[in-house]
This record gives sequence, structure tokens and C-alpha cells, in this order.
Amino acid sequence: MPASDKESPRRVALFVTCLVDLMRPVVGFAAVKLLGDAGCIVEVPGDQTCCGQPAWNSGDRADAQAIARKTIALLEKYDHVVVPSGSCAGMIARHYPEMFSNDLHWRGRAERLAAKTHELTSFLTDVLGVGTVEAAFDGAVTYHDSCAGLRELGIREQPRRLLAGVDGLSLTELADSEACCGFGGTFCVKYPDISTAIVDRKIGAVAASGADTLLAGDLGCLMNMAGRLSREGHTVKVRHVAEVLAGMAGGPAIGEGAGKEGKQ
Amino acid sequence: MTSRDTILGALRRAIGPAANDAARRKAVQTRLSEHPRGLIPARGQLPADERIALFRKMLEDVSASVETVKAESEIPAAVAGWLRRRNAPQSLVHGADPHIRDMPWQDEAELKRREGKAAGDDVTGLSRAVCGVAETGTLMLLSGPDNPSTINFLPENHIIVISAADIEGDYESAWDRLRAIKGDGIMPRTVNLVTGPSRSADIEQTLLLGAHGPRALHVIIVED
Amino acid sequence: MKMHSADFSADARAALADRQLQRALGNVQRGFVEKRRKARDKLPEFDALRDSAKAIKDHTLAHLDLYLETYETRVKESGGHVHWAADEAEARDIVLDICRNAGAQTVTKGKSMISEEIALNPFLETNGLTVVETDLGEYIIQLRGEHPSHIIAPAVHVNRDEVEADFRRHHDFLPASRNLEAPESLLSEARGVLREKFLAADVGITGANFLIAETGSSIIVTNEGNGDLTQLLPRVHIVLASLEKVVPTLEDASQILRLLARSASGQEFSVYTTLSTGPRRPEDPDGPAEYHVVLLDNGRSKMLGTEFQDMLRCIRCGACLNHCPVYHAIGGHAYGSVYPGPMGAVLSPALAGVDKAGALPNASTFCGRCEEVCPMRIPLPKMMRQWREREFAQNMSPPTQRYGIRLWAFFARRPALYRLMAGAAASLLRMMGRNGRIASLPLGGGWTATRDFPAPQGRTFQEMWRARGKKVA
Repeated sequence: MPASDKESPRRVALFVTCLVDLMRPVVGFAAVKLLGDAGCIVEVPGDQTCCGQPAWNSGDRADAQAIARKTIALLEKYDHVVVPSGSCAGMIARHYPEMFSNDLHWRGRAERLAAKTHELTSFLTDVLGVGTVEAAFDGAVTYHDSCAGLRELGIREQPRRLLAGVDGLSLTELADSEACCGFGGTFCVKYPDISTAIVDRKIGAVAASGADTLLAGDLGCLMNMAGRLSREGHTVKVRHVAEVLAGMAGGPAIGEGAGKEGKQ
Repeated sequence: MTSRDTILGALRRAIGPAANDAARRKAVQTRLSEHPRGLIPARGQLPADERIALFRKMLEDVSASVETVKAESEIPAAVAGWLRRRNAPQSLVHGADPHIRDMPWQDEAELKRREGKAAGDDVTGLSRAVCGVAETGTLMLLSGPDNPSTINFLPENHIIVISAADIEGDYESAWDRLRAIKGDGIMPRTVNLVTGPSRSADIEQTLLLGAHGPRALHVIIVED
Repeated sequence: MKMHSADFSADARAALADRQLQRALGNVQRGFVEKRRKARDKLPEFDALRDSAKAIKDHTLAHLDLYLETYETRVKESGGHVHWAADEAEARDIVLDICRNAGAQTVTKGKSMISEEIALNPFLETNGLTVVETDLGEYIIQLRGEHPSHIIAPAVHVNRDEVEADFRRHHDFLPASRNLEAPESLLSEARGVLREKFLAADVGITGANFLIAETGSSIIVTNEGNGDLTQLLPRVHIVLASLEKVVPTLEDASQILRLLARSASGQEFSVYTTLSTGPRRPEDPDGPAEYHVVLLDNGRSKMLGTEFQDMLRCIRCGACLNHCPVYHAIGGHAYGSVYPGPMGAVLSPALAGVDKAGALPNASTFCGRCEEVCPMRIPLPKMMRQWREREFAQNMSPPTQRYGIRLWAFFARRPALYRLMAGAAASLLRMMGRNGRIASLPLGGGWTATRDFPAPQGRTFQEMWRARGKKVA
């Protein structure tokens, strides 16, 4: 549903995710720029922490609910909530309502928040109707579809559509692009050997694609793939798709030395 | 308490207080007696000539061979010809089906026939399908003296004759035919739905024909 | 149901190091996924059929007691016998009794996961019977003394050269000079040996893909025809089926049959779909003289009405195994259960106890591909998570993990404290980095043994955002 009333700016809350907050702030700034360029008023609610997915997926329902209640109360006053992660957006949009299946009050609030929570590239294209972004990136890239975004939120074409408008960028698809990278949240530390075997297949496909840069929309997957690529001596650079779309891919890639650009 | 009582009791407890509802019983009876059709794919609902063409194509896609004859009287010659082309012995086992029995076998003097169930050493069997299902190229065979089920599985080669008029589009129409032949809810001991010659992919996922059943399936469609 | 092994992690590591196994697993990844995709693409109604099939099973489960009673009545009317078995021991005893009453010496078997679940073969063998598996894959693993590693392709972990070696070891009448290089010649060899067994058997045991309440029929689908020879030639046919196999009518079975082969092997339809109803009729020249159905509960009635009820829709197509990254990596044996992969991760704790099979629902990345391909739309990741909830509630998950999560949650609920800790962590991790990566992380060995840990940029987004806000204002 493209925007029909482009005149009235939308008040958008950016839920930056704990991984972006801690590991890769540039993704947050890229999201702010993309949303601002699309005419949104972006706010970053200061009391945001984590969406609670680690607790939820570990079977800790009580803690997951406690975190969800805080997050709902924090975000529900905005027109939209945008998340630069399919996994965390899926947590809010799909799992929050499920979490409160026996609690009518919180279920209603969770469902209302779920309906206005979007992954970043999906929000730009599906909600705002953005066709192209002003950005240039000189390179051959490949794209990994993160599982939660792909299967919980149906995000597949949206990032590709936006990437197609980036000057100088060429995209090569990965073989078996729907396969998981092996991250799986706590899975990668609970079962590191299996996780490594899975990510090895993924980086094999990345290497076979001939791309010099690997993009995806989820920092967890990106760190997993970047960590294995560098350990195995590959020179493929790894970035969040928002960095490229926002024209903010000039600094070091994920897991790359700071070099000249120490401070943002 | 028998295990039957234990199990049914556990199921009813899980279903809850509604378990004894008359409405539940009624819903079950209605579904069983009306056996409503579900979703039928478009390809199962084609007009006659497209339906027969699809039936043929689906069978060929699963490595069966198909030929068409004008009348049942042409079948003995077709059978003998197919056996010659395969370098198979001119011998045949089939059941007591009057359609098969009454074919002009005397015209094929070399062809030796035996009537009855199949044994381990029969090379070729001949059966008549009561109907076909075009959506997947499937043949329906009913057990009994006319077409003993062993003929479908023991011989190396299986030849099935079917009338073009008996080719239905979907499985649901095949069940209606079965009900018309046997009566509602009454089944023969065995209904075989056959879709191609026997195969296995159990060794390295490589598809090989002729696992335990026939290595070759030849279907003769009678047009009249 | 007994687990074959209690040490999932060790078995998974061994599987990853097994080069023969890894070679064989390549066939799963390449073959099954592409074949299913093609079959689905050829049938535009595929996804609508999934909805239809799910509705049929949901309706059946809501009326399971009644459909089972009707089914039993119809079987009896056609001259067959129904034996209810509450657990696996009772099921084994029933089968043995039938075999003894038939004076049986040799039993042939079609592929049956229920038989594996109740560990029937060793029991019958201990009681003096000769048991012969007739599905080619099952026969191969019987020779090898193994369990199936896949619910529809039991020998998918075995390579061709291993099959040849097994046949040479066990078929002592096989001349050493005989060339078995081609897979076709291995198939012919098995066909010849098993044909003799079919003709000699006294009892044939098959599983069931469906039981039809309307007609009292059992349905099996096979490609080889072994299930048919197993039930046609011996004097007695025994069907092993669990409660949830029942569907109301032939029409209902047809809806699900349209999905089964396409999801399993990518075929439009299995070669042989066989409906068996009672023993041979008086006028029949062939078919078994006795027909018995063993209806097994073994924990299923306890799933009805719980958060695991949806699992009872499973039709054992194996699509979830075929699309699972964890199954692709380690194969079926490492799961230590008759039922591996995502469906096994949900079903095994229900049948064997979550205390015994708790590792299985944890061994998932939650990538969701299993649910995406499941023809019966079973929410497998959701149910795996529900097992994790039960484990967490019963304090069965590992303490380090439990306390780690609770500690994380403690901070996540306290934003000010969280910001402080995140800021400290970001700069600490930043300092630990060399060239942007951390090669070894205290307490993070699970990650850094095989992967670098990318170092953070240095300050948290929140810190930088606040600083910027002040500048702008």
C-alpha cells in the first residue's frame, strides 16, 4: 500500500535493535537517513533495549513477556515502528501477539503494535512507496535473505528493488538463497559445530557468487557470516543493506579494521 | 478395562465436556454419508479429449508406454506386437475378466495364455482397469477373480487395458465409479492405484525402474 | 519410545566428521528440495490443497474417538480384526500372538515407522521369527544393523559402494566375480533375493499412510511394490497404524494424497497407492486369509487437546527433514530418535519424554523452512519453542544458559542500566578487537572457536544519537 498522503509527515519510531546499538551504530544512522529522506520524522525512543527474542526462544516466557510489555508501552504511541532487522521486527509483529494469547488486554495492545511494526526495507517500499534511493556503490554484491524476514514477514523483493536503484551496484544471487546461515540466535553458541557446518555452506555459496560484498538485513546473520568469512581468509566484505542504501558504506565493513575511520 | 476403553476414554477426556454432544456424532455421520469433495485441481476437470491426452502424457512422464487401439478386438495383436518389440516371450497370465477372455486371442496363435493369479515365474501379466485418473496418469484395478492383484506385481511386465470412456479426470470421480460398481461403502479386498512401473531411489537417490514390481508398464487405451 | 542415544551434541559432532555420511547428505540437499519445488510449481492449487488438508485433519482430530469407532466397525464388517494397543509393549505382544497363531516362521515387512517406534524387529527375532525388511532402503539398513536415518529414505546416509560391500558380505551365494558397479545391478540383486523371501513368508506386516473410517480400509503408498507383495502373498496381513492415521472418507484421503508424494519425493503421485479392506473374499484367487490392524496410541492421546495437538496432523512425508539445515548438516542418526529432523524434534519429546529428547527441539535455528514446506501446515518451530518452555519451566535447560538469559532479561527490563552496560560492553569489545575482529572471546568460545567475532564500532548507537541530538539542539 503506497503512501497516498505524502504531505503529512509520519512520526516513526526507530527500534534500533540491541545488536545494532551495541555492534554497528552506522546501521541505525543509515536507517534514520533513509527514513528522513522518505519524509518521515524519526524518533529514537530512549528507553528501548532488546525485543526479548533471546528469552522467548529459550523458553523463558515470563521474562519475554516482561520485556514485551515494556517495549509495547514504549512504542505504541507512534504511527509506525521501523526496525532494521527482519528477526526483531518479526518478534514484535508475529510473536508478541502470540505471547499474550491468554491475556486479552495485552494481546490487544500487542496486536495493535504488531500491525504498525515494519522491517526497514519493507516499510520504505511497501508502506512509503519508495522506488529508488539516492545512493551509489561501486561493487558486485550478493544478498542473503535472513530467515525471519523472509518467512515471517515475506521480505524478499523489497531490498532487491531498492538495491536495483543504487548507482554502480550489480547484484548476483546466491545459490540456495533460502537456506539458513546457521546463526539461529543462541543456537550458534549452543551447537557451534552444527552452526559452523551450516555457515560453511553459506560462505561457499557467497564465494561461488563472485561478489565482493555480501549484504543482508539482519546483523546477527551478518556477524555470523562475517566472522566465518574472515576466519577462513575470505576477503568478501560484509555490510547491512541499509548502509549501502543510505550511501553510508564508506567506513570499515563488519569485522574490518577501523583504519582511517575510528570515530563516527 | 481394555486398551480400547482406555484409549477412547483418553481421547474423550482430551476433547472435553463436548465429547458426548449429539452434534459431534451428527457431524461425523453427515461427513461419512455425504463424503463431500474437497478442492479438485483444474487439471482434473478437463473435457474428454484433453483429459485423455493428459492421462497419456502423465503416464509417459512416469516411464509407462501407452498405445491406442480402435476396439477391444485389436488388443491381442497389440499385446503380441508389444511383447515382440520388447523381446519378451509370447506368454501371458490374466484373470477371468470377460472383456479379456472374449478377445480374439485365436488370431495370435503363438501367444500362450494362462488364466488365474500370477506366480513368481510369470513374465507378463494382463489386467483391465475399471477406470483411470487423468490428473496423475493413474489406473484403478480391483482385486477378485477377474483381475487378481498378484498380476499387478509379480510379473516383469504389466499390460493394462482401459477403455477411453473410463478415463476420469480426478480421484473423486474414480471413487464414485467404485461406489457404483460395489455399492456405497463396500470395497473389494484390494484397490490398486497404479501410476507407472515399479521404481526405487533408495541407492544414492538415483531413480531405477523395476524394484519389486513390474519393470515395464504398458497401457492400451481402447477408443470405442 | 526409546531414544537410541542420549548425547545429541557428541553424535552431531561425530556426524559432522563422518566423510561418507557427509557425501551421502549432499544427495538430500540437492535432490529433494529441487524435486519438491518442481512438483509444487506444476500444481497451481498446491497451497490451497494444504489448507484443505489441514482442515480435514483438524476436523478428524476433533472427532477422533468417533472416527476410530466407525473405522473399527467397518474393518470388522469386512472380516478383519482391530487390536487396540495402549503402548508399544502391548503392540509387540499383539503382533507376536498373531504370528504364533498363524504358526509363522518368516515375516516380511513393508516400510513402517511404527514398527521402528515400537522396536518390533528385535522383539520378533528374539522370539524365534525370521524378519525380512523388503523396502530396498530398509533391507540395506537391516543388513547393516542400523536404524533408518530418514523417515521416507531410510538408507539415505549410505553410499553405493557401501551397499555393494553389504550385499557381498551377506549374500554368501553371490559370486565374487559378479560386477555390481552399476546401481541397477544392486537393485537386481536385491530383487532376486527378496523375491524368494516374499514367496516364502507366512505373515506380511505393513504400515499405513491412512485409515479410512468410511470403508474400513488401510492405505499404503510405495514406489517399489514391496508393500503390495508383502500383503498379497502371505496368509496373514498385519497393519501397524497409529491413531491419528484415520481420515473420514476416500475424498478426504484424496486431498491429502495430492500433497503427500509431491512433498515427499517430488513425484506427482506414488507408483502404488493401495487400499486394503479385510481379508480376501471367498471368490478371490489371491490375497491374505487374515487381516489384522494394530491401532497404536503410545502417547498420542496425551497430545490431543494440548499445545502439541497440531503435530498429529503429520503425514510423515519427510519434507521438513529435506529442507532442514540441521538435518542437512548431521543427517538423521545423530538425533538419536526414530523420528529425526524438525518433525522428530517435536514428536520425540512427546513419545520419549522431554527429559530424554530435550536436546532435539533445541537443535534448531528456527529458520522456519520446515513450516514453510509442511503440507499439513504444522507450526513446527512454534512447537519446538513450546518444548523449550516446558524445559525452562521445569528447570531442565542447562543452568549457564538459563542464568545467562535471565541476566540478559534483567538488564533488558531496566533501560538506564542497560544503556550503561551496553556502552561499557561496546568500548570493552572494541578494545579487544584486532583489525576489527576478536579471535577469542572469554565465555564466547562457542563462537570464536570457528569464527571471528566482529568488533563493535566503539560507542553504542544510543550514545552517539544522544550526543548528536545535543549538538543539533
